[in-house]
Amino acid sequence: MADVITYREAVAEGIAREMRRDSTVVCLGEDIGAAEGVFKTTVGLFAEFGPQRVWDTPISEQAIVGAAMGAAMTGMRPVAEIMFSDFLACCWDYLANEIPKARYMTGGQVTVPLVIRTANGGGLGFGAQHSQAVENWALTVPGLKIAAPSTPADVIGLMASAIRSDDPVVFFEHKALLASSGQRPPDGHLVELGKAAVAREGTDITVVALASTVSVALKAAEQLQGDGISVEVIDLRCLVPLDMRTVLSSVERTSHLLVVEENPYQGGWGGTVVSVVADEGFEMLDAPIKRVAGACVPLPFADALEAEVIPTVDKVTEAVRRLSAY
Amino acid sequence: MTPEELLDAYEEMALIRRTEKAAHDLFMSGFVKGTTHLAAGHEAIAVGASAALRPDDYVFATYRGHHHAMARGATPEECLAELMSKATGLCQAKGGSMHLTKASTGMLGSYAIVGAHLPMAAGAAWSAKLRGSGQVAVAFFGDGATNIGAFHEALNLAAVWQLPALFVCENNLYMEYTPIADVTAVPNPAADRAGGYNIPGEVIDGNDVTVVHEAVSRAAERARKGDGPTLIEAQTYRHFGHSRSDPAKYRPAEEVERWLKHDPLDVARARLEAAGVPPETISERDRRAAQVVEAAVTAAKNAPEPDRELAFTDVWADGSATWRT
Ligand SMILES: Cc1ncc(C[n+]2csc(CCOP(=O)(O)OP(=O)(O)O)c2C)c(N)n1
Ligand SMILES: [Mg+2]
Repeated sequence: MADVITYREAVAEGIAREMRRDSTVVCLGEDIGAAEGVFKTTVGLFAEFGPQRVWDTPISEQAIVGAAMGAAMTGMRPVAEIMFSDFLACCWDYLANEIPKARYMTGGQVTVPLVIRTANGGGLGFGAQHSQAVENWALTVPGLKIAAPSTPADVIGLMASAIRSDDPVVFFEHKALLASSGQRPPDGHLVELGKAAVAREGTDITVVALASTVSVALKAAEQLQGDGISVEVIDLRCLVPLDMRTVLSSVERTSHLLVVEENPYQGGWGGTVVSVVADEGFEMLDAPIKRVAGACVPLPFADALEAEVIPTVDKVTEAVRRLSAY
Repeated sequence: MTPEELLDAYEEMALIRRTEKAAHDLFMSGFVKGTTHLAAGHEAIAVGASAALRPDDYVFATYRGHHHAMARGATPEECLAELMSKATGLCQAKGGSMHLTKASTGMLGSYAIVGAHLPMAAGAAWSAKLRGSGQVAVAFFGDGATNIGAFHEALNLAAVWQLPALFVCENNLYMEYTPIADVTAVPNPAADRAGGYNIPGEVIDGNDVTVVHEAVSRAAERARKGDGPTLIEAQTYRHFGHSRSDPAKYRPAEEVERWLKHDPLDVARARLEAAGVPPETISERDRRAAQVVEAAVTAAKNAPEPDRELAFTDVWADGSATWRT
């Protein structure tokens, strides 16, 4: 029997592996210690590493991320948890003005090797202030690396790279994926930041996805196969560095591009992906580029309303059919 | 409070208690999706405060806010329908449990970002001051909120601008699962900070509706006179876990037992009996509350689902969600 691990367990496992090999890795956040995390993504860390390495904080997002920055500037590798990604807004100064700029504006004198982990995305009916997919917020700021894994193995592999990175990394853990499971990767498993994965090979159309939308795209691809449409699904895994090489080489073969993103169409990360393809790959295309994205509204509470505004398998299959009939 | 007022307060608390119990059961049986943060145990704070306020005063609450919505006039049916994603919900099923709002009665919302609404209450108080309306604005918040910057910024602003604002902390000893004492430098997380902003701060029994009523009356009077804000720390305890199905295993059994013995409904009942109100009269109010909530559950269950098009309304003041031409 294969060794299986959930996405949720993979978060704690990924952190633990790094804490074992590097004593400068320390964790801080709300309810992450004895309570083992509101999403149970820090289970076992407090027991194994104790209160000197796993710190419970007050509800003080600015202090959490600001202190992580100070510790990172002085020899530690902090892993800070912001419970829901929506709350990044409470410490946005550190993400927008401080952390990404410290190295640059000091002429390279200061390095900020930290990870800000956060539970991201919708689908659980938590309403407008606890359901947003906000990778695009971070994408607006040069100087932040951005990881958003879709599988447990990638959680572990990207966590290792994020913690070892000398650059700040915002690490999005998707709430709707926490219960999903997959292969437990071997010790030492590393996934380089900025390397997309081809989650499914296909020849007719390239679908670019991230985190929760990878499984949406894969399900759509499965259905479309029955109609004789061969879909290639690319899991970006990171938004910065953005692996445009993998996207462009896929589009070169398929000549069709659809991007599936959970954040709103307005300002969504897909806009950046398609603008590069429009700039550098226009001649490869046989059809317009399309994006299936969240609607430009706050997330409504009711499930039926939420499904109206976030990408679904049906919306993706419909968009692919229209593109391939173009 | 007169015995009549106290009896009404008792009934309102009974109504909230039963609504919260119904919300819990509906969540556990799958009728309520997402999450709930129940205020069972906190009733006296909402009801005592509301009874001390004018109908046109403003109230701002947190995601644990069902009691405040109801104390300011939302019906159990409107609240439960919202939790159950029904079209008849307080916010048309677009807000959910964490965002109950009844703007028509000055209940200006429930906010799920800890601390966010304290500066808003300061702003509403500022507006009342600018308009000379004599209104006050009240922010209710948890003990955990006292460690976020917005709490401190709001207190200072309200103090230096002498705003008619009341800051009422519902100290239930815990944030989500972590005791507030583990992460706070002072023993009374709210009241002990008042000195830093040169405003009065007091610790009160938040499970005694008459005590809450009195403290809020005093603070509101002070605010209306132009003497500025007050910080009230009302000690209380939640009867359910933090949210959803949390069994709250992190709370010591003897602590839970001690607090359950100091139930705000029991405290009010004892006061009523001491004032000579016959037990039968009190029980009659219990029965009435039970009937209202039972009918509310049925009505909410039978209410229609929201129209899908509602997802695309009310982003903008013209009612639309259009973002481009
Ligand atoms: C800025 C922010 N940080 C964290 C959270 C997650 N969170 C929701 S409730 C809560 C605990 C709040 O505790 P307290 O203020 O004591 O209120 P209570 O839930 O006890 O009523 C936390 C940490 C949040 N909603 N907003
Ligand atoms: Mg609390």
